[in-house]
Amino acid sequence: MAGLYIPVLLHFVAVVVLASALLGLSWWVGVKRPTREKLSPYECGIPPVGNARERFSVSFYLVGMLFILFDVEAVFLYPWAVVFKSLKWFGFVEMFLYIAILLAGYIYIWKKGALEWTR
Amino acid sequence: MHFLNYIWLIPVLPVLGAAIQLLLGRRLSNKAVSAVSVGLPGLSFLWALGCFFQLLSLPAQANHTFTKVLYSWLPAGAFHLADGSLAHLNVYVGFQLDPLSSVMMLVVTGVGFLIHVYSIGYMGHEGGYYRFFGYLNLFMFSMLVLVLADNYLMMFVGWEGVGLSSYFLIGFYFHRKSASDAGKKAFVVNRIGDAAFLLGMMLMAVTFGTLDFLPITEAARGGRFAVGDGVITAICILLFIGAAGKSAQIPLYVWLPDAMEGPTPVSALIHAATMVTAGVYMVARSNALYVLAPTALALVGAIGAATAIWAASIGLVQNDIKRVLAYSTVSQLGYMFLACGVGAFGAGIFHLMTHAFFKALLFLGAGSVIHALSGEQDLRKMGALWRKIPTTAWTMLAATLAISGAPLLSGFFSKDEILWQAFASPYGNKLLWSVGVVTAGLTAFYMFRLFFLTFAGNSRVPHEVEQHIHESPSSMTVPLICLGLGAVGAGYVGWPKVLGGSNWFGRFLDPVFENPALRPALQHTWNLEFGLMLLSVGVALVGFFGAYRWYAKQPGIAERVAAAAGAGYTLLLNKYYIDELYDALFVNRAKDLGSALAAFDLGVVDGGVNGVGWSTRMSAELSRLWDTWVIDGLVNVLAFVVKVLSYPARVLQTGLLQSYAWFITLGVFIFMVYYLIYF
Amino acid sequence: MITLQTADLVRILPEIVLSIFGILVMVLEPFVAAAQKKLLGWMALLGVLAAATATVRTSFEPGLAFGGTIAADEFSIYFIYLFLLTAGLVILGSIDYLERNHAQHGEFYALVLLGTVGMCFMAASTDLIMIFLGLEISSISTYILAGFRRADRLSNEAALKYFLLGSFATAFFLYGIAFVYGLTGTTNLLGLSARLMEPSQWTTFARVALVLMFVGLAFKLSTVPFQVWTPDVYQGAPAPVTAFLSVGPKAAAFAVLLRLFLGGFASAGTVSFWILWISAALTMCLGNLAALWQTNVKRLLAYSSIAHAGYILVGVAAGGSRGISAVLFYLVAYALMNVGAFIMVAHLSGTGERLVQIEDYTGLAFERPGVAACLAVFFLSLAGFPTTAGFLGKFYVFRAAIHSHLIGLTVLALLNSVVSVYYYLRIVVAMYMREGKTEAATVELPWPVRTALAVSVLGIFYLGLAPKLPLGLSTLAALPLPK
Repeated sequence: MAGLYIPVLLHFVAVVVLASALLGLSWWVGVKRPTREKLSPYECGIPPVGNARERFSVSFYLVGMLFILFDVEAVFLYPWAVVFKSLKWFGFVEMFLYIAILLAGYIYIWKKGALEWTR
Repeated sequence: MHFLNYIWLIPVLPVLGAAIQLLLGRRLSNKAVSAVSVGLPGLSFLWALGCFFQLLSLPAQANHTFTKVLYSWLPAGAFHLADGSLAHLNVYVGFQLDPLSSVMMLVVTGVGFLIHVYSIGYMGHEGGYYRFFGYLNLFMFSMLVLVLADNYLMMFVGWEGVGLSSYFLIGFYFHRKSASDAGKKAFVVNRIGDAAFLLGMMLMAVTFGTLDFLPITEAARGGRFAVGDGVITAICILLFIGAAGKSAQIPLYVWLPDAMEGPTPVSALIHAATMVTAGVYMVARSNALYVLAPTALALVGAIGAATAIWAASIGLVQNDIKRVLAYSTVSQLGYMFLACGVGAFGAGIFHLMTHAFFKALLFLGAGSVIHALSGEQDLRKMGALWRKIPTTAWTMLAATLAISGAPLLSGFFSKDEILWQAFASPYGNKLLWSVGVVTAGLTAFYMFRLFFLTFAGNSRVPHEVEQHIHESPSSMTVPLICLGLGAVGAGYVGWPKVLGGSNWFGRFLDPVFENPALRPALQHTWNLEFGLMLLSVGVALVGFFGAYRWYAKQPGIAERVAAAAGAGYTLLLNKYYIDELYDALFVNRAKDLGSALAAFDLGVVDGGVNGVGWSTRMSAELSRLWDTWVIDGLVNVLAFVVKVLSYPARVLQTGLLQSYAWFITLGVFIFMVYYLIYF
Repeated sequence: MITLQTADLVRILPEIVLSIFGILVMVLEPFVAAAQKKLLGWMALLGVLAAATATVRTSFEPGLAFGGTIAADEFSIYFIYLFLLTAGLVILGSIDYLERNHAQHGEFYALVLLGTVGMCFMAASTDLIMIFLGLEISSISTYILAGFRRADRLSNEAALKYFLLGSFATAFFLYGIAFVYGLTGTTNLLGLSARLMEPSQWTTFARVALVLMFVGLAFKLSTVPFQVWTPDVYQGAPAPVTAFLSVGPKAAAFAVLLRLFLGGFASAGTVSFWILWISAALTMCLGNLAALWQTNVKRLLAYSSIAHAGYILVGVAAGGSRGISAVLFYLVAYALMNVGAFIMVAHLSGTGERLVQIEDYTGLAFERPGVAACLAVFFLSLAGFPTTAGFLGKFYVFRAAIHSHLIGLTVLALLNSVVSVYYYLRIVVAMYMREGKTEAATVELPWPVRTALAVSVLGIFYLGLAPKLPLGLSTLAALPLPK
């Protein structure tokens, strides 16, 4: 039984070896001439201002979490769209219900004011 | 009117009273409370009398047994017994009236009713009058369920019920801490016995497939089980542990003396006449099983005899009037078990009945004395009360004579029957008999010591109390007189053959106890039996004269003897230090373990213990433990071990999330290791 | 090709109804004025009643649904009723509690309903993935509920602890599922028992899987050594939530345990037997001993609930139809007495749960005889006093254990029940045998609370005095599991 897992184990080993080899090689081979600009964090080409460890408004996290939730909803639509034709009405109703439930959640957060930045 | 068909009214009437008192009692006047709560048990007594006479008139071939099933309580479905046969366990709510339960029923309702009447006078000036009667009624209900049940489970319901009501009544004077502690102690010690009872019951259900008395008795007598059968012996021993808890036998007797914290009528009813005899009743009820288990029977006899003499010896030197009576009760209960242990169940029940009269009377009399002396219980502060409270004195004298075994009083017949059976029965032996005889002497001694210290000699009553001494009201003296008549005459129903009687009581109970497996009594001559009777009377006389000489004639002697006996006297006075021993061995150890395990209550919000605090506390704890270890010696070594062992637990249980997660991981790890290594 | 039959939907009708009501309550929450929020509670109760009615419909159409992942059998229907009973009592007991503690939010009721959905799925699933989903649905709802008194530090702490440790434990469960799938190639319980027929198939990996899944469940059952979170969480969570927590997830975990250990893993036999034996023994002893010295009633009840999990495990270890039906019966008894006790504690504690020490009950019996009698019934039943449900629950469990020759475990359990009397009595002593003016005596009990308490007390006596019907039901519910 356990023998079946040997390929998986080999896969893991291969991944570890390959990853460390690539990183190690570039570190070893690469030429290192650090300057102040090169060491500063890259932010779309604009020089960084102030400390990165600032306090954020709690609304930021709230919106972030809600975004992920509804984002995942959209992800589910893709595989559904692929097999939609073979699922026929069943698939339509199922997805309708799914979206309806999320819609209920959306109405809830909207009315609760979770989406309003300033309250 | 057909009383028997409505036999359930007997327990239901008192519970009605309890419900009224506990729900509405606060709004009722004392008069209304007494009318309801004394009237209903009275009715119940009358109903019981009716049932009894109807039972007597039943045709003899039915063995005077009547059962009435109300409804099916626990249907448990079919299952296979240990021997492979199919059984349907089904427990009913049902009542059984046979000679044995009818005796118990009459004692409980009769003596119970008298004590209710007495309580009107005794409790008249106390707060919580309605509560007292509510609990007392509740007790009557439970006790009647116990004795009238037709199966073990229902008996257990009553059994627990009497425990609960006794707990409430012991703790009735709840503002005294000792009282509520005593109540708790009684309940917890009893529960140890109850656990064994429950286990025995389950074993019985598995073995017999039923919990009803009649089928079990039938199966046990039917020869399906050999004498000495292991399972039956186990059942009997477990049941006896249960009985020992309720009936205060060694080693579970410790709660009964403390139970005297309750009001005196409670001591009389529950801790003398009825509840504590439930264990004897249960063993007698299971007689068919015990006959199959000679080992268990021998254990019952040995424990009974040992308890009898052990408690009697403690009773010799106690100074609290109620405590003397409490140890006397323990000792007399030992007699009853002794009787059961030698296969003389009838004699045990006979003594149970006579004891109910004279012991209830002694307690009520003591209550009357205490009442007269405005609450004084110390024998050393009494004396010369004979002329001041004559009714109490006369009735107490009757009871004292009865318990000491004075010829032709009730105690004489029953005690002598037990002693004779201990001597002559194939299950008995000379040792048990001689223990019984010595105990009889001790009994006479300490009872007359109590009597003389209370009523004779010079008055040692403080002056201010002495002016208020008065005879109790008639609601108290009338029950005393009624019980006095019982204490004198109750034995006549069992007038033995050796004195030319016919022992009607024994023959009446015979259908319950006759058993083909019971070894027949050996043949003895009339001369021997009569001689032994004279001997036991003689021993009692020795006890009486001893008490007379020491406490009535030359009151100084007792102190000198006590001084001479020194350590022995102190040992007795402190009841052999059994309470202290139990505290050290069990109670404190359980507490330590509990507090150690609960130690992560150190605080939830402020969470963990930081390193410094921890080590400081640890070292402080260790030094404290070291001190106690050095000082208190052996017993505390145990505590030390427990505490040290529980230290890892304390460290883990800090309220800190991380340590909890570690603990869980550790658990997973242990389970894993266990599985990987052992399989 | 996926097909959906009406029967499939009918077989999860109770869960559907509960979900609809849960979502509805949640969506309506922002639209309801603050003073009217009580209405949402009543709506949730209506949902529970509707689900109970729907369950009747389900019971007419027993069978498997959704490709064998859900079973609508006697077993699951029994549990669904148990959860609905619990949810109903908790909602009845919460409406006024939330009002008094200024926490009247509709989400509370929505979460109770959705949590109940999760538990129903746990009991009804015959597939490990579905069981896991049910576990998560119920867990997440209860995590939030535990922190419902947002201004209270204890409540926050309880929620966080419960959440972190709970996720930790469910990870074990999921890991176990992964192992099982790797070994057998299926997550279906029927398929599992078909693949793991022989004791010889219990290899190292299989045992690891078994232990991991047991750990995941043991966390919810709060058996030793996975009980560490229980006292803190039960104490910190709002009392009605504790009532819900101490009964719902525990009963659901027992349902899964029974389905798993006596169903899918039935062939494990002795392998699973000792794990149950040891857990039962340790759990009883630790729960009871640690409860001896608690002074906080909620914490005391937390330890008591640990101890009760131990007693119930004795029944699981006994196994067989007798053991299963004893466990089922015990769970109903436990639900009634525990929910009753916690609801009573919730209301006697006053605003902000200030009065939760045993001393706070001093002399309660003299001021409020009815209230004290009620509480005494709950505690006596927990202690296993005859004529109450608690006694018969213990009686049946121990009897099953004796039948399975678990004499040692039974003796231990009996000794434990002796010890337990001591701490239950402490509260009775405080109420009946000590004088004092207590603030708890001034608390008003509104009628919904009275109703919940009356149902509990009557239920306790009904189960204790005339258990014929419930006993028959629990025997019936034990049938679908293999013997």
